[in-house]
Amino acid sequence: MLPEQGSQHARNVDTLFMALFWLNVFFFVLVTGLTLYSVWAFKRREGVKTPHITHNLALELFWSIIPTIMVLGVFFWGAAGYLDYSVAPGDSMEVQVTAKKWNWTFTLPDGSIWGQKIQLPVNKNIRFIMTSNDVLHDFYVPNMRVKHDVIPNRYTDVWFKAEKTGELHVACAEYCGKSHSDMWAKINIVTQEEYDKWLINGPPEWDKMQPEELGKIAYEAYGCNTCHSIDGSKNTGPTWKGLYGKTEKFADGSTTTADEAYLEESINYPGKRVVAGYENQMPNFEGQIKPKLFKGLIAYIKSLK
Amino acid sequence: MTSPHLGTPVSPEAKEVDYIEASKGIWSWMSTVDHKRLGLMYLWAVIINFIIGGVFALLVRITLMTGNHGDNYFISAEMYNRFFTMHGIIMVFLVIIPSVPAALGNFVLPLMLGAKDVAFPRLNLASFWIYVLGWMMAVSAMVFGMVDTGWTFYTPYSSTTSGPVSLVALAAFTLGFSSIFTGINFVATVHKLRAPGMTWFEMPLFVWGIYATALIQVLATPVVGITLVLLTIERSWGIGVFDASKGGDPVLFQHFFWFYSHPAVYIMILPGMAIISEIIPTFSQKTVFGYKAIGFSSVAIALIGFLVWGHHMFPSGQSQLASLVFSFLTFLVAIPSGIKVFNWLATMWRGNIAMDTPMVWAVSFLLLFTIGGLTGIFLGALSVDIHLHDTYFVIAHFHYVMMGGTITAFLGGIHYWWPKMYGRMYNEKVAKIAAYLYFIGFNVLFLTQFVMGSNGMPRRYYNYLPEFQAWHIASTVGSWIIGAGLFLALFNLIASFRRPKDAPDNPWKGTTLEWQTQSPPIEHNFHGQPVLTRAPYDYRKPVSFEREIH
Repeated sequence: MLPEQGSQHARNVDTLFMALFWLNVFFFVLVTGLTLYSVWAFKRREGVKTPHITHNLALELFWSIIPTIMVLGVFFWGAAGYLDYSVAPGDSMEVQVTAKKWNWTFTLPDGSIWGQKIQLPVNKNIRFIMTSNDVLHDFYVPNMRVKHDVIPNRYTDVWFKAEKTGELHVACAEYCGKSHSDMWAKINIVTQEEYDKWLINGPPEWDKMQPEELGKIAYEAYGCNTCHSIDGSKNTGPTWKGLYGKTEKFADGSTTTADEAYLEESINYPGKRVVAGYENQMPNFEGQIKPKLFKGLIAYIKSLK
Repeated sequence: MTSPHLGTPVSPEAKEVDYIEASKGIWSWMSTVDHKRLGLMYLWAVIINFIIGGVFALLVRITLMTGNHGDNYFISAEMYNRFFTMHGIIMVFLVIIPSVPAALGNFVLPLMLGAKDVAFPRLNLASFWIYVLGWMMAVSAMVFGMVDTGWTFYTPYSSTTSGPVSLVALAAFTLGFSSIFTGINFVATVHKLRAPGMTWFEMPLFVWGIYATALIQVLATPVVGITLVLLTIERSWGIGVFDASKGGDPVLFQHFFWFYSHPAVYIMILPGMAIISEIIPTFSQKTVFGYKAIGFSSVAIALIGFLVWGHHMFPSGQSQLASLVFSFLTFLVAIPSGIKVFNWLATMWRGNIAMDTPMVWAVSFLLLFTIGGLTGIFLGALSVDIHLHDTYFVIAHFHYVMMGGTITAFLGGIHYWWPKMYGRMYNEKVAKIAAYLYFIGFNVLFLTQFVMGSNGMPRRYYNYLPEFQAWHIASTVGSWIIGAGLFLALFNLIASFRRPKDAPDNPWKGTTLEWQTQSPPIEHNFHGQPVLTRAPYDYRKPVSFEREIH
């Protein structure tokens, strides 16, 4: 019924959830039982006169006061967990999050900017300070049982402390248009040592990888895949298949050959020259992509013949 | 076929000219001020819109049989977003909100009060045509490409996305006036047109429920009206009220929107509960347990319901204090609903229960609404709601209360008052099969969604993770079962038109005044002003299949 429990807070939430589940079962069985029993035991028979029972003060007070006490108990229990969730500990590591249609960008304390997949350390309080570049989004980490809306021109936050390593799925949980359901991220929770190494070098796998492979990672990590296909099909943006070396035509009628310089410009400042037949929707990626990955991206696009 | 315990058929020739026969021709219907004719016209308009909204739901569910649409899809993401948006808009504004008050309330309320009509019959006619105007505006938006904002229209998405958003917003604004006028009419009618001898505590409970609803309709609807107008102005002129870069606040839209839309859900459920408060005592042939508690609880729900809107916004960025207060009040508003359920059960206890079709629907309501209400507790609890907000758990919860509650009660009410409205019975056996299909289909469709939601499946998702696919497929199959049940119920009701108008005055042996008229009633309901001689639900004197007042 519930996802993996990634934190103490998740466990606390689940305890209340399960208590409510059994409370629900109890009352549902009670109501259903009484209903079905009555339908069976008091089946219509001709000539039966029913008793004229208009009220019973003691019974009515009982089933008004007891449920009130129960739900107030639930209120306090839920409020306690909520207060935990809504105030990040003072020693939290801070990660900046930017949401836009339709991907997430993370800025780590060292200033590095990452796309769809990042790594964060285990057993650390991590506070995500979030803002949107366009419409409402929501940062939802099911395994942590936390979410918060991400709002334009404002900062909101959410925090957790992962208690085990492993991958966390992050989903957008505020409807934001066409690719709302494709706007996910993955947080890989790793040891502090692995995290520190990753900050400097990128994950260890990168050292053994070809530029084109790194480019494929960037293609997914920065959400290029939500708008650009690699198989020739038309999407929100032009396909990358056969892109390198072709003569690209722009909305103003000018043309250019799609070489490395053009690819770099159209990643960093896509609004400068928009391909004819497409809308100027792509955000700037200048300064956001790690140099190793950027070079890989160019190599990757070149490889898509 | 009708069973003996529903009375002997009355020869149609022996009946007086009824309100349907009283005048002929389409203009006599289009210009009618007869609350009964208006009730019927609303009924069929609501049924047509229910079918349209239902088709959008079926399309949504078919799309969700796969969670990885990739590049080869039949229905695109953009189309899907329009389908769930139109489903919500049609169901909320064109179906559920008007359903019980406008269709059944219009028909039954004056009869129950011993009145000739509502207080303002011409306002009633205007109310209907305003509904039709809003309806046509919404339909035309479908021609102009539909909208993809979700029925909740959250800014900034709704203030910036393309499409006929302003048209749809103004359609809802227009429909709001239909609701307000109905509310005004019903408040005045209940205050001023009760039969001599009918004190407030001798009104049927259906009237209490409709009255409480009318209060909300009048007080709350203007807020959503103005909110939608603000949205339209924002879209056209960029005034910035919902745009933080200009000093406004997108979250303000949510406060304005939910200030109405939460009371709106009580506009939806209170009339449904009001129907159940009629069906249960009648089919138990036993007086209602706790009449005053049920009556007062309707008013309490209406009033407290204005104070809980922020429970739709716990992760929205509103303050912690606001969230704490809203959660607290939300738990309080749950108590009166619980009291009603216990009172209904106590009414059935030691009753003399006939499981005719209306009672099957009422029992269905008890089980489904209980699940809906209980699961609301999860959502009122702050820490749990943070996990469940904007997931399928919420979708399941509100469908259990709005569809498992209101629509179930609405169908029960239609089957209860059908012989009064049309003077005919329908095929009982087929009607019950439809009710059972509905109940089974409903649970397959929505119980699965609780599990998906608590496992983290977000709402309004076109693509989803593979772990959810089996649940989605099961849920879609449920939608086919319930669709079959609903169509069967509809065809069965339509098939009743082939039967003679031979229903007795009071086939179910009810004690309220609408059963003291012919089935169907004459145009002016009663011959002269009836005086109340039997308190509602008083079964101490035997009740006849024939009216006592002539």
